[in-house]
Amino acid sequence: MSTRRPQGARLADGLAGLIVLIPILLWALAYVHDPALKAPLPAWFWWVIVAIWAFYSFVVGRLASESSPSRSGQRILDLFIPVAFGICVLFLWEVITIGAGVPKVLMPSPSAIGARLATAQAMLGDDFEQTVLKEVLPGWLIGSASGFCIALVCDRVPFLARGLLPIGNFVSALPMIGVAPIMVMWFGFDWPSKVALVVVMTFFPALVNSVAGLAAAGKLERDLMRSYGAGFSATLIKLRLPAALPFIFNALKINSTLAMIGAIVAEFFGSPTVGMGFRISTEVGRSDLDMVWAEIAVAAVTGSIFYGVLALGERLATFWHPSYRKR
Amino acid sequence: MTTEATSNGRRPGAGPADRLGRRLARVTGGRAIPIATVVIVLIVVWYLAAIVMNAGVVMTLAGDNVKFGFTDFVAATWSQERPPLPVPHQILIEMRKTILDVAVTSKRSLVYHAEVTLSTTLLGFLIGSLTGILLAVAIVHLKALQKALMPWIIASQTVPILAVAPIVVVVLGNIGITGTLPKALISAYLCFFPVTISMVKGLTSPDPMLVDLMRTYYASPNQTFWKLRWPAAVPFLFTSLKVAVAISLVGAIVAELPTGAQAGLGARLLAGSYYGQTIQIWAALFTAAALAALLVAAVGLAEVVTVRGMGGRR
Repeated sequence: MSTRRPQGARLADGLAGLIVLIPILLWALAYVHDPALKAPLPAWFWWVIVAIWAFYSFVVGRLASESSPSRSGQRILDLFIPVAFGICVLFLWEVITIGAGVPKVLMPSPSAIGARLATAQAMLGDDFEQTVLKEVLPGWLIGSASGFCIALVCDRVPFLARGLLPIGNFVSALPMIGVAPIMVMWFGFDWPSKVALVVVMTFFPALVNSVAGLAAAGKLERDLMRSYGAGFSATLIKLRLPAALPFIFNALKINSTLAMIGAIVAEFFGSPTVGMGFRISTEVGRSDLDMVWAEIAVAAVTGSIFYGVLALGERLATFWHPSYRKR
Repeated sequence: MTTEATSNGRRPGAGPADRLGRRLARVTGGRAIPIATVVIVLIVVWYLAAIVMNAGVVMTLAGDNVKFGFTDFVAATWSQERPPLPVPHQILIEMRKTILDVAVTSKRSLVYHAEVTLSTTLLGFLIGSLTGILLAVAIVHLKALQKALMPWIIASQTVPILAVAPIVVVVLGNIGITGTLPKALISAYLCFFPVTISMVKGLTSPDPMLVDLMRTYYASPNQTFWKLRWPAAVPFLFTSLKVAVAISLVGAIVAELPTGAQAGLGARLLAGSYYGQTIQIWAALFTAAALAALLVAAVGLAEVVTVRGMGGRR
């Protein structure tokens, strides 16, 4: 222990390493994009890349093994390490696809995808409107809300709960996405069929989680409410709904992912000539992978924001919950 | 009988039927009657809905001149060849026809298609859960990895993964990898996540006191892992495997879509939707549902056997 350097030294090492790393990364990017060079780059360049990777791992290891002296510093560090990892993956992706001359039909480089994101904005915007605004959001809202309403009914009628819950659990494990062609057949090619599929997919997770949530309030608290003379609705609003919130948010988060998947896959089965799923399947057919990846990038960012907003809402609404209180 | 039963410590008069009844009650948790009621109501609603939804087709096919009696009309809505909503018995007849009456090797056989999907599912499940476990072990042991990787693993799930399915299949097809593997990779991508998350939780679940105890025994990290962390994580593992096997099936079905409806339950769905063969779609759906139930039940059985073998009690 006597050889241990003072606290923060590793942190300083890591930061110094990063400052050294940044110009090297920029140089490598410039080198790869140099038009004078032909695609299969010399072997020494790849050894440099391997060395960069090793150095990067060392730096991040240093950063991760040390906790920052201040709390906000720690928070920045916790945010920074995954971001650095993401940047590194993007860097390797760019260098390898361009440097090794990977054909575009296999894997386009991030810069090509970025360029497509910029030039095809109108088309991407239309697809976003069709898939996210017309299909995902309404379906997600209707499915989750109806699941919650049925859960309330189940709460009043225990017989229904005992009958419906095992079925709900069972259905949640089924490949519900297979209903997509049926929905397209019933409700046509445009957005209503996708909304219907999303409703079907999101209903059961919402139901099962809401029922579990409504049962989450403790017996003592319920007895207390009864001793206050609170009726069903007062107990529901003041005690049981707040207690159910973590479960409901959990369902909403699960459903946000399911809804995106449902809408996109349903478009594989037939859609008007707009929509993210439609674009992905047709552009794959035309081997225009830049556009496909641009579309996936939009879907990924949308999905992450959707999830992030819900997580933020959860934190604001259930600040009292033990899982947040410690921080 | 009675003496035998009592000598075994059982209640006198516990005949096989009685035992079966009690076992049933235990399995269903006394919920058999409510479940049956809900199922019956659903089936009745299904038949009624079929009358309404198929009425239009019956009318158009029959033309204006034909006058139906009520029972004939209802019977007609329940026996269309391509109804908007086929009724359960039509689906079951179709399933019997395509499962039992056709040779297993035939392309018309649902067994053939289910087998294709099942092999994809199992391969994907194997790759995915092994990856998931290895990732979790690495994450638990390397702090840098946990900090760098964990947020991305979580973010990877907010991305509609299935959107990538066509690319993976087509791209791997371009470089000559075809058949089961590309589809299985999609399944694997879907099912590694719950396994990783649960296993990280499971491997870190032992009480710090127990970890300290292992340290006082001078146990090596290896011993701590195999004697403490791994056994503690097994229940978490099985819970996540049940989820993983179900979504592995979803991944396999979706992965079959872009390959152009060659084989598998997903291809069967796609072909059915091209040609308006609704009964075929529903039969494939029912088969997929049965497959999902079987797979989850198989993992559940493996869990019971393992937990019992480890001396645990459920």
